[in-house]
Amino acid sequence: MAFEGLTERLQNAIGKLRRKGKVSETDVKEVMREIRLALLEADVNFQVVKDFVKTVRQRAVGAEVLESLTPAQQIVKIVNDELTKVMGEEAVTLEKAPKIPTIIMMVGLQGAGKTTTLGKLALKLKKEQNARPLLIAGDIYRPAAIDQLKIIGQNIDVPVFSLGTDISPVEIVRQGLIQAKEKKNDYVLIDTAGRLQVDEKLMNELSEIKQLAEPNEILLTVDAMTGQNAVEVAKGFNEQLNVTGVVLTKLDGDTRGGAALSIRAVTGKPIKFIGQGEKMTDLDVFYPDRMSSRILGMGDMLTLIEKAQQDFDQKKATEMQEKMRENTFDFNDFIDQMAQVQKMGPMEDIIKMIPGMANNPALKNLKVDPKDIEHLKAIVFSMTEKEREDPDLLNPSRRRRIAAGSGRPVQDVNRMIKQFNQMKKMMGKVSKGNFSGMEGMLGNGISGKLAKMSMNSMMRKNKKRKLKRLRKKRKHK
Amino acid sequence: MGFFDKLKRAFSGEETKQASEEEQKYEHGLQKSRKTFGDKLNELFANFRSVDEEFFEELEETLIEADVGFETAVKISDELKEEVKLRNAKDKKAVTQAIIEKLVSLYEAEGKVEENDLHFAAEGPTVFLFVGVNGVGKTTTIGKLAHRLKAEGKKVLLAAADTFRAGAIEQLVEWGKRVDVTVVSKPEGSDPAAVVFDAVQKAKTESYDILLVDTAGRLQNKVNLMNELAKIERVITRELPAQPQEVLLALDATTGQNALTQAKQFKEVTKVTGIVLTKLDGTARGGIVLAIRNELHLPVKLVGLGEKMDDLRDFEPEEFVYGLFKGLI
Repeated sequence: MAFEGLTERLQNAIGKLRRKGKVSETDVKEVMREIRLALLEADVNFQVVKDFVKTVRQRAVGAEVLESLTPAQQIVKIVNDELTKVMGEEAVTLEKAPKIPTIIMMVGLQGAGKTTTLGKLALKLKKEQNARPLLIAGDIYRPAAIDQLKIIGQNIDVPVFSLGTDISPVEIVRQGLIQAKEKKNDYVLIDTAGRLQVDEKLMNELSEIKQLAEPNEILLTVDAMTGQNAVEVAKGFNEQLNVTGVVLTKLDGDTRGGAALSIRAVTGKPIKFIGQGEKMTDLDVFYPDRMSSRILGMGDMLTLIEKAQQDFDQKKATEMQEKMRENTFDFNDFIDQMAQVQKMGPMEDIIKMIPGMANNPALKNLKVDPKDIEHLKAIVFSMTEKEREDPDLLNPSRRRRIAAGSGRPVQDVNRMIKQFNQMKKMMGKVSKGNFSGMEGMLGNGISGKLAKMSMNSMMRKNKKRKLKRLRKKRKHK
Repeated sequence: MGFFDKLKRAFSGEETKQASEEEQKYEHGLQKSRKTFGDKLNELFANFRSVDEEFFEELEETLIEADVGFETAVKISDELKEEVKLRNAKDKKAVTQAIIEKLVSLYEAEGKVEENDLHFAAEGPTVFLFVGVNGVGKTTTIGKLAHRLKAEGKKVLLAAADTFRAGAIEQLVEWGKRVDVTVVSKPEGSDPAAVVFDAVQKAKTESYDILLVDTAGRLQNKVNLMNELAKIERVITRELPAQPQEVLLALDATTGQNALTQAKQFKEVTKVTGIVLTKLDGTARGGIVLAIRNELHLPVKLVGLGEKMDDLRDFEPEEFVYGLFKGLI
């Protein structure tokens, strides 16, 4: 998960402040140094770091912090504010042409992930807007790049326009656009070959395509693992093509992703999407405010909730709520919940989105094998219907039978039953709005506090949304 | 004679070097690297007023910006603080000297036991396994290397074990056509270890000299994918006990600090023997090579300096540092 290191360092630095009742100017200076190093270590461009630290320092030394009762929290707030500012305040959506087709062009260095992202974007448009996109294969240089796009097109069932590798990309785009017009495609996505921003010949080719196609969006694809170089790349492409947005790829790696900070700061262009996995559905809208919360270890509850909302079957969710209220949480629910969670993505990513979990030392090397969940399922599936509904039935003899049936050691069965009981207890508490038992779970100190803050705000937001929904319902009646 | 002195003499013209074609290629590919690395340091020295906290902070930033790596930058600047005190260096020249000397000696010390040559088996087929994250240039490197080995008169076989990414197999097959070598492949989605098994068998029975194995790009934090890699390596070793002779980790020269974690994690599952530094022509900072040496302790064996077929070069550590510090000493 991105940004872990940064979160950790910032919290360490601020933790030092926390122990002091009053903060002096030298204290602030020391914290700033830590923040500076943390950002540099995270590959944020040095110039951006310099400006950032300067702004934070100015605000931090100001009276508002030194004289406040909770200087640490004040500084966290300032850092959070400024981070969000650097990364852009709000999520920026795709531009849409007034008349179809909307033309989107992907550009970037070699191996940044243009072709894959193009496929993901096409699928997203198809799923969310019922769009009928056309992909144009404009990479005639890399061996088999066209084949790659064709296979992707096949997998997501989207047409691909290509003319082989002997015709210039400009011509391919021209003819592709004509076809899109004929077939009334509402989106045209142009794939281009990877190139260095200093390669004049190839950059001119892009300018020509741009002139011809007049794209509504020119998306610069950048590998999230890029180091200090990210700024030069972004600058180079932006100066020559005036890109409209950025896609950050490979964020599912363990990169700290400082590139995200730098690019926005240097080019002023918004990051529109982030690629978070190898599956075709792994493309998400970039939310700057959530990202900065994540940096500060406040977790990314909103993304988590949104993911859950998307994946959770609405009906099943209501059932679950009912169960929670009644506190009849049985093994059927346990397995169901596991399956729902699994749909959201790799377990370790999801856990780390929970506030306070991101830099919990116990989770640092956490790697959840997707098979673990399969094993849990196997255990439950080896229970009888009765056992699933009434866990108290499970005596040692039954447990042995279940172990044999699921092919797991009996210890695993015991552990799983224990986990189940804990979860059951938690569910009971959460449904009554009582978080007291969870405090230890969310770490302690500042992270715990921050976690609680964001947890509360999440609950409030949830409630608000619920009220809204209810009101809407009433109106419709 | 110390490496630093050697460099100095080379620059002052005492040791006249005949620039071979190889060197010119290097010079050309690294022109950008050097310019900026040298420029950056020069800029720092030009602004030099006095040795104080601020200067060291700036030095740190300059080094980080030149991609020498976070750890290395902090280490150098800390050591330098001591050094400058000891030597009582105050004027610009002395401090400059101290910094460059530090960089060079660090580079030399860390590289003492390093072997930058590719190793080939004494007899039987040699296997090179290529690993790395997505989009660093594994397949391209294999294509280029196959071209070179073929030109050297070796019988080369390629294994398309990237059965995951769309079009990856076609990409390698296309390279096979271009450089005229055989490619072992199976349909997309097959077990990569099975492809490797077939390839190893073929290499054994038809007595190929070299087998180059392409693998799918994988992010180092994906457990299952990393295990798959370990399996591929196991299959090779089972069939040919002394192989793979080299497990080469492809690193994108523009990657930042994450390169470090990549190397660490790949080292955990396979026995990485060396690094292929790709897209070096795309970065303005040669500092990454210092970082690799100081922090990864893995030898750079090949460098990618461009898009053409013959743009893959053996790494020459001395040439490299010579180029990097040219004009600074």
